[in-house]
Amino acid sequence: MTRLSAVADALPTGDAAPAWHFTLPGWLIWTGGRLLSGLTAILFISAVVFGATQILPSDPARVILGPDAPQASIDTMRHQLGLDRPVAEQYGVWIAKSLKGDLGRSLDSDVPVSQIVSGRLANSLTLMLIVLLVSVPLSFWAGIALALRRDRWIDRTAMSGLIFLKAVPNFIVGIGLIFLLATSVFRILPAVSLLEPGLPAIAQPRYLVLPVLTLILMSFPFLLRLVRAAAIETLEAEYVAAARLRGVPEKRIIWRHVIPNALVPAVQGIALMARILLGGVLIVEVVFSFPGIGTAMNAAIEMRDLPVVQAIALILALAVILINLAADIATVLLSPRLRTARKPRIRPGTRARIRQSAGL
Amino acid sequence: MNIVTFPSSATALLEVRDLHVHLADGTPIVSGISLSVAPGQILGLVGESGSGKSTIGSALLGHVRPGARIVNGSILVEGVDVLSLSGKALQQARGKLIAHVPQDPAATLNPMMRIGGHLHELLEVHEPTLSKAERGERIAAVLSDVGLSASNEFLHRFPHQLSGGQQQRILLALAFLLKPRLIVLDEPTTALDVSTQAQVIQTIASLCKMRQVAAVYVSHDLDIVRHLADTVTVLYAGQIVESASRDTLFAAPAHPYSRGLLAAAPDIFTRHQLAPIPGQAPAPADRPMGCSFGPRCASATPACAAAPPPAKDVAPLHRVACFHPSSGPLVRPEAQVRSGLSASPILLEVNDLSASYGDAPIFTGLRLALPSGRCSALVGESGSGKTTLARALAGLGQHVEGSMRFDGGPLPIDNWQRSMEQRRRIQYIFQNPYRALNPRRTIGQTLTAVIRHFFGLGPKDAERRAAAVLQRVALPSGHLHRYPRDLSGGERQRVAIARALACEPDVLICDEITSALDVSVQAAILDLLRSLQGDGLTVLFVTHDLAVVRAIADNVLVLRHGRIIEQGEVDDVLDAPKENYTRQLMASSRHDAA
Repeated sequence: MTRLSAVADALPTGDAAPAWHFTLPGWLIWTGGRLLSGLTAILFISAVVFGATQILPSDPARVILGPDAPQASIDTMRHQLGLDRPVAEQYGVWIAKSLKGDLGRSLDSDVPVSQIVSGRLANSLTLMLIVLLVSVPLSFWAGIALALRRDRWIDRTAMSGLIFLKAVPNFIVGIGLIFLLATSVFRILPAVSLLEPGLPAIAQPRYLVLPVLTLILMSFPFLLRLVRAAAIETLEAEYVAAARLRGVPEKRIIWRHVIPNALVPAVQGIALMARILLGGVLIVEVVFSFPGIGTAMNAAIEMRDLPVVQAIALILALAVILINLAADIATVLLSPRLRTARKPRIRPGTRARIRQSAGL
Repeated sequence: MNIVTFPSSATALLEVRDLHVHLADGTPIVSGISLSVAPGQILGLVGESGSGKSTIGSALLGHVRPGARIVNGSILVEGVDVLSLSGKALQQARGKLIAHVPQDPAATLNPMMRIGGHLHELLEVHEPTLSKAERGERIAAVLSDVGLSASNEFLHRFPHQLSGGQQQRILLALAFLLKPRLIVLDEPTTALDVSTQAQVIQTIASLCKMRQVAAVYVSHDLDIVRHLADTVTVLYAGQIVESASRDTLFAAPAHPYSRGLLAAAPDIFTRHQLAPIPGQAPAPADRPMGCSFGPRCASATPACAAAPPPAKDVAPLHRVACFHPSSGPLVRPEAQVRSGLSASPILLEVNDLSASYGDAPIFTGLRLALPSGRCSALVGESGSGKTTLARALAGLGQHVEGSMRFDGGPLPIDNWQRSMEQRRRIQYIFQNPYRALNPRRTIGQTLTAVIRHFFGLGPKDAERRAAAVLQRVALPSGHLHRYPRDLSGGERQRVAIARALACEPDVLICDEITSALDVSVQAAILDLLRSLQGDGLTVLFVTHDLAVVRAIADNVLVLRHGRIIEQGEVDDVLDAPKENYTRQLMASSRHDAA
């Protein structure tokens, strides 16, 4: 029997006929859906943020005019600011203006909020970007290297070291670094990041080193553990064993089989790390007096500068949603099964599993 | 079939001598393995789970799983000593000299890599001098050999866009691509449907003959080995108990274990009494001093426990490791067909049942009737909707519509709308006994929870009933205090059956309940079910295995694409199928030429 033409399953089935009419790929439609639901989420968050600032026990008119101003001027001010109108209307006005890019004026300094926020945001983003650019490749390299040396002494030592790092609170890492590199042991770096306001942060690298180092020490262990776990899982996969038994060299197995498959959990991990960094930036900014979005938020809350608080809260929410969206799109594009599906669905447990494997 | 000759050392392509694989602590996994295979011959390596057959299979490529190591022996493939190779030489031998076809095609293809990528990679690695066009030609040739298209569209697909049969053919193509001299096939068809299985086996047989390669076919399935192999080696507890030509082994098995295996395997042609092998195979650390089969052997003598029996020739080319080998053919007594059942009233009835998965309908307008007190087999291949149907009957269906009647009254589709009594009377047993029991509860807790729920008994009475129901499934009452992890697969399935019986059901729905079990264990479970039917239980037995149908069922329903295309008495349907599809299924199960 050499002819196998009678074999039913042998011939490729389905979509053999050329599809002349153009159909949108499933993942593109899915991305559209995700964008819409992201927008809905932002709208919802904006309402929550607005509502929360309404509850804050403060009167913007009083903030502007000071505690000794007469009630009549306060009322005039409230009228000017539109604070005497119904809350729903105020919200509508705020949203409409925000959509046009007008985030209002700071109550404290009377400059446009966008002007305050944009400079601070740029500083924080610079910080985060540098951290990601260092942490991601580093943890990939180290994670895979450790996975390959699993349970050897180097792996065990590194894992205990990472657990130690994770156990130390972030601000202590920062203070420790200041102690080591700025004040007591070596005095080679500035202890506080007093950026010159006119210059972009990247032009003043000396002030960036300590905050960046602190954030890397915070985020790198998490991603490293995650990449290591993902790489171990793929190294134990049956397709890796099968490739080995086909005589595929180990180096090629790592590059062609292990890394691509470890990438999907890693992408979700990077997103998780970016979200952790958003929070971590605040602590680091306080420790190093770094003029970023976190310290801006802190100051605005202290001053009851509501337009600034609202703007920053909204920007942070937007950032989280964008990070998630980007990670999910990357996940779908990276996994053939999801990319080719009519209705891509990231399994609901994916993120929980990633957290668990990273020991969070 | 041709006259089979055992290869002498001079002609053998594969020659294994005294192979020992141990765990790090010295526990032997396999010991004293010697095999030889001539070019163009297929050796069937048969054993149940834990027999060490896969360990031997991968050891032939110089590979053992982490924690194990090859401590002794030699493996010669065309004169090359595989165990002396290391590093680059070993890498080149794997794939080029010896190829391996793994078990689960869905898990052994890289999900991120296109089909073409897999094939090209192998040539890039092993034949780096080939140009891209030459590689393409080689790939097209091997794909046509295994019966696949070599179109660009096909090569651009990802593994998940292929059917199970196509995936397995890709693994065959990967194995044959480099024209190896020896091919190790590790249960390559277990994950496939019967008809796909038959076709893939045809391809394997013809390719091995055509290319004159030697093949080692590792399997637990005696039926496949009977149709594919030239010589057969039977493994038990890491040792060879018998090796013979295929015809000799199946006609006159000499070792009690080989005979036991054959007596335990159901046959598609005749309904013979299935004889389970008592006991279970010892774990590697608990293997006895003497013959490892001794504790389960009916003809064991004190000598068997003292020292392991040496392998000796009972006939030319027929080697057995037993002090008292049997001779002559195996006689399997016929089982009685149950009579007087034809007039049974209908207990459970289904009208116009529809189920869907998302937008895709699984079945529509399905009608089904289960006669009281009979065992009906529901037969179908994967995707036919048989599990969906079984779950719908048990009230576990999702997106199911239609009407059901049970014992004269209406039966709601949704489990939550069924009365407590209806739920008690219809019980379901799951396919995988390893996942069907709560690992944090003792067997006793699992059983008494059910009994107290349905019968409102006090703890003492419930425990008494639990012990009684364990006895019905032939487990000692000591098992009440044990956890599922302490039990073997067969024992767990017995507990799952006991849990259903504890409800004193009228209908028992069994979803492929023996497919995760070894042949000798399956025989015991089928035996148990058969005896339970004596008590008037109505059983729906879902399966893809027609031999099991013959062994257990009274009547049979053939399901295809969500439609029951044929039904009737088992012997009528299996001996004279009316539908083409049923005929095909029968032919595939017998491994006839497709």
